[in-house]
Amino acid sequence: MKILVCIKQVPGTTSVEIDPETGVLKRDGVESKMNPFDLYAVEQALILQEKYGGNVDVITMGPAQAKAVLEEAIYMGADRGILISDRKFAGADVVATSYTLSQGIKKAGQYDLILCGKQTTDGDTAQVGPETAEFLDMEHVTNVKEISAVEGYEVLVTENQENCFRKIRLKTPCLLTIEKDVNSPRLPSYKRKTEMKNPDIVELSLSDFEDVNEENYGLLGSPTQVERIFPPEKNESRQLFEGPGRELGDRIFEILKLKKFVV
Amino acid sequence: MKLNEEQLIYLKRLIEPARIQTGKEIGEDYSHDELGGITAYPDVLIKVISTEEVSKIMTYAYKQDIPVVVRGAGTGLVGAAVAVCGGIMIETTLMNHVLELDEENLTVTVEPGVLLMELAQFAEEHSFLYPPDPGEKSATIGGNISTNAGGMRAVKYGVTRDYVRGLTVVLPNGKVEKFGGKIVKNSSGYSLKDLIVGSEGTLGIITEAILKLVPLPNKSVSLLVPYEKIEDAIETVPKIIKLKTTPTAIEFMERNVLLFAEEFLGRKFPDTKSEAYLLLTFDGSSSVQVESEYETVAQYCLEHGARDVFIVDTPERRDAVWSARGAFLEAIKASTTEMDECDVVVPRNCVAEFILFTHSLSKKFNIRIPSFGHAGDGNLHIYICRDRLAEQEWKCTLSEVFAEMYEKALKLGGAVSGEHGVGYAKKKYLRKQVGDEQIRLMREIKRVFDPKGLLNPQKVI
Repeated sequence: MKILVCIKQVPGTTSVEIDPETGVLKRDGVESKMNPFDLYAVEQALILQEKYGGNVDVITMGPAQAKAVLEEAIYMGADRGILISDRKFAGADVVATSYTLSQGIKKAGQYDLILCGKQTTDGDTAQVGPETAEFLDMEHVTNVKEISAVEGYEVLVTENQENCFRKIRLKTPCLLTIEKDVNSPRLPSYKRKTEMKNPDIVELSLSDFEDVNEENYGLLGSPTQVERIFPPEKNESRQLFEGPGRELGDRIFEILKLKKFVV
Repeated sequence: MKLNEEQLIYLKRLIEPARIQTGKEIGEDYSHDELGGITAYPDVLIKVISTEEVSKIMTYAYKQDIPVVVRGAGTGLVGAAVAVCGGIMIETTLMNHVLELDEENLTVTVEPGVLLMELAQFAEEHSFLYPPDPGEKSATIGGNISTNAGGMRAVKYGVTRDYVRGLTVVLPNGKVEKFGGKIVKNSSGYSLKDLIVGSEGTLGIITEAILKLVPLPNKSVSLLVPYEKIEDAIETVPKIIKLKTTPTAIEFMERNVLLFAEEFLGRKFPDTKSEAYLLLTFDGSSSVQVESEYETVAQYCLEHGARDVFIVDTPERRDAVWSARGAFLEAIKASTTEMDECDVVVPRNCVAEFILFTHSLSKKFNIRIPSFGHAGDGNLHIYICRDRLAEQEWKCTLSEVFAEMYEKALKLGGAVSGEHGVGYAKKKYLRKQVGDEQIRLMREIKRVFDPKGLLNPQKVI
């Protein structure tokens, strides 16, 4: 079984400050780490590998220093890393990021299973996984808490829908985003680090892709234009509604309509 | 002793009603600590709020010959804060204010009821570290000072005593004295401050403490090192120390204890494939510094029998590993019907021998004796589990096991308690350790402070 895990490098602390003058994230001196949600996906891949054999590759998109998270995943047990890096990818929104990843994945090889963390701690959209799958024309399920069976070209997964679990059988290749806390991610091994002097990491840039049209990547390829980033005002007041999902949906819709957030 | 009506009326006039309880109003919690094996109720429980109040109570109690015992959060393990003679219990948890942070003198001044976790958080929020780090984070700082608590970072940073700069103490006669201060050095006469530290509430009542802080290290990385056998793990420790690196903590843990913690916390530990583990922490001002230090140790471990070295370098990983370590005591407690503990400290190069000795005792007496502890400073936490033993058999076995353990510790040049104190439960073992002459000195000191023997009677000596 060939598995690919999509991972991301994120700031090492949760309290990232925004420069009020420029609206840019203060990254100076901030250490980075692997997105904590991705650890569960890497662990899930390694568990499947132990059970069914095959390879586990990890892929990330980011600047040159993002290589560190690939190395970290390799020290956890992954076989190979793929770094997608190009200045032309800078400023990508969710759509452009997902498209770039899908291009990189096509180039990286054929996989039976692509796993992602359910979201990142910096972007928090939880959309890159499913959108990448759409660009790859692949079936996908989010918030997967269990992969209970892998049989031939099919996998049986349990999706966490907050108020219920749904069992879904889907065809490979497919993409799954893994729920948090579903396993105990193993720790990176210093022994593996010293044994593998030069971990196997492939670098891909725009010129390696099938689609080399610059307009589809980075800021140019992003339908979302960020006008300004600012720290949110802190507001402690809240109203709590309880009840079945449909009723709550209607209620929220009414409130949003009343406040003219939707028409 | 029972307080008479007149005495109760006096105290009730002194203290507002919400903070004083008598007789049956006093909750069961106040009759024991976490483990000490002794139960007794005070006659009056007073939740104090100031030094002046403690002084007034103490002055009155001393005139009236009423025994007094001080209690913090009640997390002790040797019965030190149990009112074995009844009388007044002074409870400090309402005196829980951080009074001052002095960034120029690197001190923080606190009331005794501040919890260790509150102090740790306060320090961290201001980019400082209060280094003592005992496992029980909900203990009060007053209790920590009274037992000279140690904790996991003792290897590098030392113990509570090393961080107490000054104390405000109410003496048994009610007088308020300040010992030490914000000063770094002090060669002025006997150090009464250091006599109060570790005196388990028998010499005076701490009502304020000036504690030393250090700048918060920017970077901290732990290593989890698996071994096939516990002796391989522990025998490495003195050698790591010989490498002249300065880990903040060196803990050892056995697989069976990890499994209890997993069950207790309902979450899996990142690795349980090996019989024994060392957990080391390194801290420093930069990644480069911390890495170069831990790599020396990691390399040494790999070359000397470790199966691997796992890197614990992010908040998530630290939480996964250290939350299990923090839960060991409660997890072992939950695994058995009753237990008692031995908190001996031995020279660091004797830890392996002592642990193997407890394994042999476990076989000899057919009783479960899980353990964990601070391999880096020689302080062990060994738990004797009752499981299904009948009352009489349990008591007999426990006393025999204890006798053999303390004897072994003494032979190795160790001491009865590393950090939990002597309290009520370990008195006879202390006598054996230090001998008649030292006990005489301690008793004379006690007599000078407390000629009537009213403050925390029947404890320590």
